[in-house]
Amino acid sequence: MIDLVLKGKAIKLGDNISTDDIIPGRFAHLRSNLPELAKHVLEDAAPEFVSKVRSGDFLVAGKNFGLGSSREHAPVVIKMSGVGAILAKSAARIFFRNAINQGLPVLLCDTDKISNGDELEIDLTGGIINNLTSGVKLGCSKIPPIMSAILKEDGLIPYIQKHKDFKL
Amino acid sequence: MGKTLAEKILGLKSHSEAEAGDIVIADVDWAFVQDTTGPLTIRQFQNSSFAALASPERTIIFLDHAAPSPAQQLSNDHILLRRFAKEMGCRIYEVGDGICHQLIAEKFANPGDIIVGSDSHTVTGGALGAFATGMGSSDVAVALALGKTWFRVPESFFIEFNGVFPRGVYAKDLILYLIGKISADGATYKALEFGGEALAQMTMSQRITIANMAVEAGAKVGLFPSDKITRDFLTEYGRGGNYKPLYPGNGAKYERVIPVNLSQLEPMLSLPHAVDNVRPVTKVKGVTIQQAFIGTCTNGRLEDLAVAAEILKGEKRHPGTRLIIAPASRQVLIRAVEKGYIHSLIEAGATILPPGCAACMGLHQGVLGDGEICISTANRNFQGRMGNPEAMVYLASPATAAASAIRGEITDPREFM
Ligand code: SF4
Repeated sequence: MIDLVLKGKAIKLGDNISTDDIIPGRFAHLRSNLPELAKHVLEDAAPEFVSKVRSGDFLVAGKNFGLGSSREHAPVVIKMSGVGAILAKSAARIFFRNAINQGLPVLLCDTDKISNGDELEIDLTGGIINNLTSGVKLGCSKIPPIMSAILKEDGLIPYIQKHKDFKL
Repeated sequence: MGKTLAEKILGLKSHSEAEAGDIVIADVDWAFVQDTTGPLTIRQFQNSSFAALASPERTIIFLDHAAPSPAQQLSNDHILLRRFAKEMGCRIYEVGDGICHQLIAEKFANPGDIIVGSDSHTVTGGALGAFATGMGSSDVAVALALGKTWFRVPESFFIEFNGVFPRGVYAKDLILYLIGKISADGATYKALEFGGEALAQMTMSQRITIANMAVEAGAKVGLFPSDKITRDFLTEYGRGGNYKPLYPGNGAKYERVIPVNLSQLEPMLSLPHAVDNVRPVTKVKGVTIQQAFIGTCTNGRLEDLAVAAEILKGEKRHPGTRLIIAPASRQVLIRAVEKGYIHSLIEAGATILPPGCAACMGLHQGVLGDGEICISTANRNFQGRMGNPEAMVYLASPATAAASAIRGEITDPREFM
């Protein structure tokens, strides 16, 4: 089971962050060495990210986060870097599914209401983001029940180990 | 109420009514991985303590992205994949056999099939009327073991093609134009369904180019109906018996209808660093290029090499421009040799790479230097895509890439026709 209430600081990114931005193809040779690969997360798009991120921080992006390649290594290295959840205006479908399958929450909301460095508290059950810095409360769009169930088990593999099958 | 193609296929495969918005569990006909996402898929499969594949016959591993491998780590990943194939008894295609999506089209995809692959351009199979979609390693690992997966039945956009391609305009120009219109996230979670009277003249190779790039508009699938052209293609590739007609029902509900008149199109480009940053070639020509790359799952087929060879025959690449060409499959290469295309291309100064992804995703065989510009027939031009964040990639048709290679700058292919 994952924690249902998360607290951390916002790290803001722009629109259209692709999975090539998150982990460029030139590091394909490191894909079977995840700790090494994780050192390069967002290296071109946000060079300071790796040194700045603290455990529990939130990645707060604009629209179409995670577009492009299906590489699941993208949410894997984001999670490894300590990020507790991704907040975006919209997310590409393969990335969205991959992140949930890795037990990494993705919440779709109006991220213009969040500034870099804001302290946020997220209630995953209710889908509410409480911006402790600005005092603004944000709702998020709902995800299908099967995705919530997978997320609650901390990802698809633990989910399948427990249930042996998909449960609708 | 008529059903969309997406609803029809998902309904049949999930034994349910499958209306847009429903969540269904559907049987998977083909599940595959490639060499950069396959190792994680196999580890996820093993972490789940699955003992066997649901169907080894219907599981395929492709060694295409790092082919031949440029690094010891990637060679070791290949060893892992080969060993898994041997232990599990599944199919494997080796270095030099070709790109996964091309081989899926040549050998496996059938109308009405469900195909999942750990590669975003799995949508390519939609050209043959297969509900084919890309997923990550965990989803594919589970599909390998259970023979099924869950889907949200997508809403569909109907893209209606009319008219005929003018001289110098190809399927690539059409899909770039369409992505410019829809935008890179305009069809997120949706199905693109193609139709209209122009389909009767649209070859399978052109359909593959279009379906391949559906994901660049965010779509889950890019579906063509299954018609006479599908039947002829399946027959040519020795599985005519798998043909079945497949059309959307009358009165199917579409979220959007987008008409496109092919007759009004012109050669198009995607400018760095976004696929939906689309302009006509006439507005961009004159940009100096250091490399032209013709190949990939989008445009590495025989028809593409034929167009390039016709333009390049008797010409020479510009001395300041490297011209690299990678056929999409072994069979494409063999036929291109037989037809003399490869001869013309080599004489024009091309470097021919082995069938595979080659320079497409920046891990080998044509990585760009700082500040260099490449015109490429691939489907993505994100910053860093060809191995260097300081370089730039313009996407174009094989004709535009070939003409540009001769001049050493972005060139309208109609100047060579
Ligand atoms: S050719 Fe390019 S886009 Fe196609 S599968 Fe290979 S790397 Fe991906």
